Amino acid sequence: MLKSVYNWIDERLDITPMWRDVADHEVPEHVNPAHHFSAFVYCFGGLTFFITVIQILSGMFLTMYYVDDIVNAYKSVDYLQHKVAFGVIVRGMHHWGASLVIVMMFLHTLRVFFTGSYKAPREMNWIVGMLIFFVMLGLGFTGYLLPWDNKAYFATQVGIQIAASVPILGQYIETFLQGGEIVGAQTLTRFFALHVFFLPGALLALLGGHFFMIRKQGISGPL
Amino acid sequence: MAHDHNSKEKVVYVGDSRVKKYKKNNVPLDYSAYPGNSEAFVPNFLLKEWMVGSVFLVGFMILTMSHPSPLGYPADPTKTDFVPIPDWYFLFLYQLLKYPYTSDAFVVLGTLVLPGLLFGGLMLAPFLDTGKERRWYKRPIASSLMFLSLFAIVFLTMVSWQGYQHELEELNIIPEHIERAEKLEAGLEVPGGKEEEPVAIVNKESEGYDIYQKSSCISCHAADLNGAVGPTLLGIGDKYSKEEITDIIINGFGNRMGPQLQQNLDAGLTEADLDTLAVWLAEQKAPAGEEAPEEVTDTK
Repeated sequence: MLKSVYNWIDERLDITPMWRDVADHEVPEHVNPAHHFSAFVYCFGGLTFFITVIQILSGMFLTMYYVDDIVNAYKSVDYLQHKVAFGVIVRGMHHWGASLVIVMMFLHTLRVFFTGSYKAPREMNWIVGMLIFFVMLGLGFTGYLLPWDNKAYFATQVGIQIAASVPILGQYIETFLQGGEIVGAQTLTRFFALHVFFLPGALLALLGGHFFMIRKQGISGPL
Repeated sequence: MAHDHNSKEKVVYVGDSRVKKYKKNNVPLDYSAYPGNSEAFVPNFLLKEWMVGSVFLVGFMILTMSHPSPLGYPADPTKTDFVPIPDWYFLFLYQLLKYPYTSDAFVVLGTLVLPGLLFGGLMLAPFLDTGKERRWYKRPIASSLMFLSLFAIVFLTMVSWQGYQHELEELNIIPEHIERAEKLEAGLEVPGGKEEEPVAIVNKESEGYDIYQKSSCISCHAADLNGAVGPTLLGIGDKYSKEEITDIIINGFGNRMGPQLQQNLDAGLTEADLDTLAVWLAEQKAPAGEEAPEEVTDTK
């Protein structure tokens, strides 16, 4: 049954080569922890992606309850945390996942750096990886404001003040992020839009590029 | 042109579509072509890898369930004594701005130059470190710069966190999310959780109401007292007495509201009118039994 459905689609869309590109490749010995335990350092990238998937899924569930206006934002988070079934767990996953993804990404970056894997011909993938790093920091910064408690509010205020002190560009960054005279209703809606639409969009595009290049170039050889 | 099946065409399509017919010329090499004990990603490696993922997920869920994510009190922009703190992974950048040569006149060093060197150097690493050598101990410059940066980041993060803890201790502040969690644990009420009923205007028939409509107050506090640029005046009598309100009208309120006396005199109101207005505003209280919205009350 399954086979005939697959064949039916394959006949029309020729998906077998795509499947080969995605999954049908070999895992070299030097990155396989089953052969050399120290190769666990090669797991950090995969784990980063794993947490990213958790973040996307838990974030999607959070937006079912979260309201991005200054009157209801805090109340909706409070409701989510204390009233919604498993709300505390979903929000917890998103909260702790946000920290963990930074940790894993940092470890992955260090692994790539110390194994010299960023060297030719993989320079472009390193740069895309760094861009992913910046997008992740942006996601962390914008997500921090969303619960709209005092910690969120004043951290964002200080963050925007620091950005505003940058010469020439500072005032434009401030206007772009803040959207008004103070950190307020406009800032919250902007941060929400950045956090759930703009930055995840950029992240997915960059991740696509990251994975495409890995498939194309293969994993870097043994040292 | 995709519709005919002319085999002389360079590109052959599947059926009558525009999907190219796959020529089997990119079949990956047999695994025996690679050195060492390589194995297939699907299914051999994946079937082992998902177990690593599961163990990781269990650890992650234990963390999540044992430590509910923090939530403080609702944001209050007028609060002045809050000690701001960014998320932990920004602490090193935050701490960097607290040193003499990275703050005030030199702030551009702290906001732009040093972080720019750090992230710019990292970004351009493949073009700065172009040698063929990949082992870290054979790349002394790249590796030592990375170790130095790591040390600086860890050091700055620790100093920042300790400084924050020290500041809290000195000011005798318990972080709001901890205080709130403790109160909830003890069954006490916390602010922001419940719906706040707006307080109604008291004694609308009074002369004070008519004077209010003529005064300069309505430009910021709105004709219905609910506030516009300025805050709401509904329930203001719970916060200030008649004397305090008179003082605010005459002298203004901090740097958020200028003195209003002259403006109102110019508008044709007398000092006696303003006195009536202050009396009426002081009457604006929430119905008995309800506290002012800002008050934190213990029910037990």
